[in-house]
Amino acid sequence: MIKFKVNGKETSVDVPDDMPVLWVLRDVLGMTGTKFGCGIGQCGACTIHVDGEARRGCLTPVSDVAGVDITTIEGIGATPAGKAVQDAWLNLEVVQCGYCQSGQIMSASALLKGTPAPSDSDIDAAMTGNICRCGTYLRIRDAIKEAAKAVAEK
Amino acid sequence: MLARHNSPELSRRNFLIAGAAAGGGMMIGWAPAANARVEKDPPAMPDAYIRIDGRGHVTIVSPMIEMGQGTYTSLPMLVAEELDVDMANVSVAIAPPSDKLYGNPLLGNAQVTGGSTSIRGFYLPLRKTGAAARAMLISAAAKTWNVDPGTLRTEPGFVVDDSGKRRLSYGELADRAAKMPVPNDVQLKDASKFRIIGTPAKRLDVSGKVNGSAHYGIDAKVPNMKIATVAASPVFGGKLVSFDEAAVKKVPGVVQVVKLDNAIAVVGDHYWAAKKGIEAAAPVFDDGPHANVSTADVVSALAKAAEREGAVAKNEGNFASAFSSAASKVEATYEAPFLAHATMEPMNCTVSVTNDGCDIWVGTQIPVWAQQAVAKALNLETGQVRLHNHLLGGGFGRRLESDGIVQAALIAKQLAFPVKVVWSREEDIQHDMYRPYYYDRFSVGLDAQGMPIAWSHRIVGSSIMARWAPPLFKNGIDPDAVDGAADMPYAIENFRVEYVREEPPGIPTAFWRGVGPTHNVYVIESFIDELAGAAKKDPVEYRRALLQKNPRALHVLDRAAELSNWGKPLGPRQGRGVSVQQAFGTYMCQVAEVTVGEDGEVKVDRVFVVVDPGVVVNPDTVVAQVQSGVIFGITAVLWGEITVDKGRVQQTNFDDYRMLRIDEAPKIEVEIVKSSADPGGLGEPGTSGLAPAVLNAIHAATGVRLRKTPIDSKRLKAV
Repeated sequence: MIKFKVNGKETSVDVPDDMPVLWVLRDVLGMTGTKFGCGIGQCGACTIHVDGEARRGCLTPVSDVAGVDITTIEGIGATPAGKAVQDAWLNLEVVQCGYCQSGQIMSASALLKGTPAPSDSDIDAAMTGNICRCGTYLRIRDAIKEAAKAVAEK
Repeated sequence: MLARHNSPELSRRNFLIAGAAAGGGMMIGWAPAANARVEKDPPAMPDAYIRIDGRGHVTIVSPMIEMGQGTYTSLPMLVAEELDVDMANVSVAIAPPSDKLYGNPLLGNAQVTGGSTSIRGFYLPLRKTGAAARAMLISAAAKTWNVDPGTLRTEPGFVVDDSGKRRLSYGELADRAAKMPVPNDVQLKDASKFRIIGTPAKRLDVSGKVNGSAHYGIDAKVPNMKIATVAASPVFGGKLVSFDEAAVKKVPGVVQVVKLDNAIAVVGDHYWAAKKGIEAAAPVFDDGPHANVSTADVVSALAKAAEREGAVAKNEGNFASAFSSAASKVEATYEAPFLAHATMEPMNCTVSVTNDGCDIWVGTQIPVWAQQAVAKALNLETGQVRLHNHLLGGGFGRRLESDGIVQAALIAKQLAFPVKVVWSREEDIQHDMYRPYYYDRFSVGLDAQGMPIAWSHRIVGSSIMARWAPPLFKNGIDPDAVDGAADMPYAIENFRVEYVREEPPGIPTAFWRGVGPTHNVYVIESFIDELAGAAKKDPVEYRRALLQKNPRALHVLDRAAELSNWGKPLGPRQGRGVSVQQAFGTYMCQVAEVTVGEDGEVKVDRVFVVVDPGVVVNPDTVVAQVQSGVIFGITAVLWGEITVDKGRVQQTNFDDYRMLRIDEAPKIEVEIVKSSADPGGLGEPGTSGLAPAVLNAIHAATGVRLRKTPIDSKRLKAV
C-alpha cells in the first residue's frame, strides 16, 4: 500500500510501484480531471502539484509520492493562486476544447505561487511544456497576468 | 468540405413540432413530415431543440457537438435571440444521435459537425425554432388573458401586456404554450433589433473545463469497466500473427488479451497494466501488401499521375489557345505532406456489449454514422447501439471517422464486461487517417503587363470524399479536393481546374482542419506571389488588380495591408507575406511577419488577420477561432509532416511530431469586418490562409521560394 494525500485527503492505493500517478488518479481513484496527452512528459496535460511543485503525472511513479501532498485540478481552486487562475481563465475566455487546460491551469498556478508577478519570459519558461492544440496561448498569457494582479490585490 | 451554400431555409420536408415536456414545461423542435402526425405525442420527439421548464429555464439541445469551436454557445445564442431569453437562463445539452432531429441542413441533413458548417447550417432553422416557441408563449398568454396576441410583446423571459399592465413568465406559460398550435411561418427579427447575436456571450461549455469536472469521452466511467490499450499492425493492412501470451499474463493487473485481425488489445485493471501488457506481448505482424510503401514512392506516383489529364472541375474560356499565345509563361509544382491530427485527447472509446445491444461512450463528430458503423460491425440493428456523445478534446477532422469506435466495439464484443479502449499517443499518431499528400501543377500564361490570362491548375491526390461520402464523388471530381481552387477569388478569363485521383497504397486519408482550402489556398496564394514576382509587381498591388470585381475580398486585402503597415521596411532577414481567401462563406486576408534566423529557422513574429465572415454571432469566438486556426497553421507549415518508410509511419509522439508552444506563438491581431451578408464559417479559414502568408513572408525575407511544406530550413540558411 502506498499512502499519500490528494487535495488534502488521505489516500492509499495498492498498485505497482512504477505506475505513474496519472493512472492512479484516473483509473484507480476515478479522478479524471488530470488528462492523458502523450505519456512521455512532452505535452503537460497531466500536470499536477507534488508538494506544491508542478510535475508531470505521466512520468511520476506513484512510489515517488509516498507520504507527500498531491494537488490536482479538482483541488487547485482551494488555493489562492489556483482560484485566481481559474477565474481569469473564465473571465478572458481562454478555453476552447479545454482538454489541455487542466494542465495549463496547474502549470500557471505553480508559476504564480513561486513568481507572483511573472514576466513574459517567466511565463514562457513555465508554460512551454504545456501544448494547446487549439492555440489558446495568447489568452493564457493574458490570463496569467490578470490572475497575478488579482492575487496581488488580495 | 462539401457545403456550398449558406443559411438554408428549413427543408420543406421538415416541420416544427412541439409538445409537453416530461416533468412539465414545453419543448419544440423539428421533424420530418412523416412524423408530423404525431406532433402531440411527446415520445416522438424526446430530444427537441428547446425545452422550457416551469422555472423558465431554457435548455437547448445542440445538434452539433462542441470541440472547442464555441458551437455550444453560438447555436444557443440563435435560439435565445428569437425566443427572447437572456443567455444566463440558457444551458446546453448534448444531442443523442438522430439525423432526423439534428441533421445539418448544409450536410445533407446528416448529423455531422465539420467543415465550418454549424452556424451556416443552423442560422435560420434555430432562429425559426426560437421564434416559434416565442409565438406559442405569446399565444398562451393571449388565451389566458383573452386578448389579441398581436397586442402583446416579450421581454427577456416574459410575455408582457402593456394595456393590462400585466406579465407572465415563460416558466408560468410553458405548460399552456405546449398545447398551442405550432406556427410554421414565424417572422424573424430584423438584424437591427438583435441584442444577443453580434455581442460577445460567455461560453456555456467552459466552467467544468477549468476545474476538472467536464467529461470528455476518455473520462467515461461505467460500472465494472476495465481499461484496454491497443497495438495495431504498424503497416496498414497487416495482420496479427502471434504474441507472447505467457509474458503478457505475468504482468500484474492484466485481465485479458483480445485478438483482432490486425491488432492486439490488452485489457487491464488500469491503463498502466494494459500498456505494460502490450509491451510484454511483443506482437508479431504479417506486414501484408504495403510492407514496402515509402513517402518517396507515394510522391513519385503522384508526380507521374500529374502527367495525366484530370477530370475537369471548372473550364472557362479557352486555356490552351490563350496559354499558347501568352506573352510569358510561369509554371510550378507544389507539394503538401501527409499530416496527422494530433488532437490533445488521444483516440478512445468505451463500449459495453450486452444481450440487448451495445452502449458507446465517445466524443465524435459523426454520432449517427458511428452508431451505424458499430451496428454493422456487431451485426445489430442501429437502434440497438446507444451512443452517448461527449465533449471532444479536439476534433480537427479526426473524429469524423469511426475506425477507433468500431475497433473498440470489436474488442468489447469479446469481453464479459465494459471496456474503455485508450490509444497511446504513439498509436494515435501512427494509426491516424492522414491529410492527403497533394501534388499541384500550375501552368499560367501572362499578358504583356504580367497579368494572368490563362490559368491551369491540376490537383493530384487521394479522394477523401470517394470513401467518406461516395455519392458526392461525381464524374471523377472530389468536391473537397478542388474547394478553394475552382472558386478562387481572382477572375481570370481562361481558367481551367482539373483533379486527378491517385490513392497512396496503404495510407488512409481523411479531412484535416481547413479541409480542401487548406491545401488549395496554400498553393494558389503562393503561386500568385510568384506571378507578382514575374510581373515585378508588389504582391498586394497585384492581388488588388485581380480583385476589382470581388469587393469583399478586396476590402479585407486593403484593410489588412493598412493594419500591417504593408510596404514599411522591416529588418534584415525579416519579411511580410500576404494571403487572400474566400472559403466557407468567409473572406479573409492574412499578413504574416517572419524572421528567418541565420540557421534557417523561421519565427513567425506577427500575424494580422482581417476577416469578413458575414453576420457575426459571437464576436469573441470569431477572434478565438482565428487565433486558434493561425496557430494550428503555423505548426503545420513549420514542422507538420508524416512520413512513411517500409509501410510504417515514422513519427511517434510530440517529440518528433512537433507542436507550436507558447514561447513560439506570434502576436495575432484580428479585425472583423462589419457585414450583413449571410454568416460564413470560422473554424477553418484561420488555418487555411496561414501557410501561404508565412511562405510568402519567407520569400520576402530571403528570396527563397519554398514550394513544399513543411519548410526546409536548410534551404533558408544564411550564406
